Amino acid sequence: MMKFTAYLVPVLIAGILIYGLVKKVNVFDSFIQGAKEGLHTAVNLLPALVALMVAVTMFKASGALDILTYSLDPLTGSLGIPEEALPLALLRPISGSGSLAMLETILAQYGPDSLIGRIACVLQGSTETTFYTIAVYYGAIGIKNTRHTVFAALAGDFAGLVAASLAVRLFF
Amino acid sequence: MMKWIFTVMIAVSVLFGVLNDRIGDVSNAALEGGSTAVTLVITLTGAICLWSGIMKVAEDSGLTGLIARLFFPLTRRLFPGLKKGSKAMRAICMNMTANLLGLGNAATPLGLEAMRCLKEENKNSGTASNHMVTFVVLNTASIQLIPTTVSMLRLNHGAANPLDILPAVLFTSVISLAVGLLTAKLLGRVWRRERTQSM
Repeated sequence: MMKFTAYLVPVLIAGILIYGLVKKVNVFDSFIQGAKEGLHTAVNLLPALVALMVAVTMFKASGALDILTYSLDPLTGSLGIPEEALPLALLRPISGSGSLAMLETILAQYGPDSLIGRIACVLQGSTETTFYTIAVYYGAIGIKNTRHTVFAALAGDFAGLVAASLAVRLFF
Repeated sequence: MMKWIFTVMIAVSVLFGVLNDRIGDVSNAALEGGSTAVTLVITLTGAICLWSGIMKVAEDSGLTGLIARLFFPLTRRLFPGLKKGSKAMRAICMNMTANLLGLGNAATPLGLEAMRCLKEENKNSGTASNHMVTFVVLNTASIQLIPTTVSMLRLNHGAANPLDILPAVLFTSVISLAVGLLTAKLLGRVWRRERTQSM
């Protein structure tokens, strides 16, 4: 499996470029145009990330995060979810920048190859900013009554939280 | 929503900082947080640009359209009644492809286009149809194949093999998506369409 993941990115990049050349696309110009859009994404990420990184860092430094984590323990212990990952899980559906800030804090404290670090990464990589997506998708077309959308989406997020803890314990 | 989270987190931090006698740490954290955010964005910018560039090439060469066509057997089951060549179905397939490849920028406009088509099919009602719920749940669950941002963060923190979490991420994505879609399908039968409920 390790071999496979090491091949994945380089082969994918080379493959897409070669396919583009075969299809007579000016791959360099296309790449530059796409990278420019990527730069916009990165720059647009900054203001919200500053706000939430400040909030998360202060929250952690004050000891409030430890207390929150500790008080959530009975809730998570029975599901096999480490309590340290729960603040991230709570922030994940609400704010992309907030969860990114929280993940950075977790990785700095526990390291990327620890159980908690891995669960946090899997959680971040396998779920989306649920509330934001729902608001944008329905808001854009003027739908007021979203029926069971929030319930179904959160059921999926919760399943993702349990599955992330399970998957890391199974695969490592 | 965000204004509350932001303010409450900081207010609680100040309160606990005083109670725990850590207000000095909290003060440093406030100064540090902003620069950590800037460093983080700089770390991620390279990966974001590389990936957006590569995916733009995939889009321009028609590769994403090709993958979208492969999706039809799956989307036909998820959205029974939608015709193969319909604008809604095409937009849905393209949106899923963009999500799969991690093209957030491309996925959103395609997704909104799909929502507009679905609304038309639903006689422009102000209430979500079952198809819309299914489609939004597809988008609130991440189906991205390669978690590029997370891998970059892992690399930055010295992970031995940043992508070794990939099987776990895919496993988790599938479980989360399956539970979300199943819940949507089951509730779609019982949740009354005329019920008034605001988001």
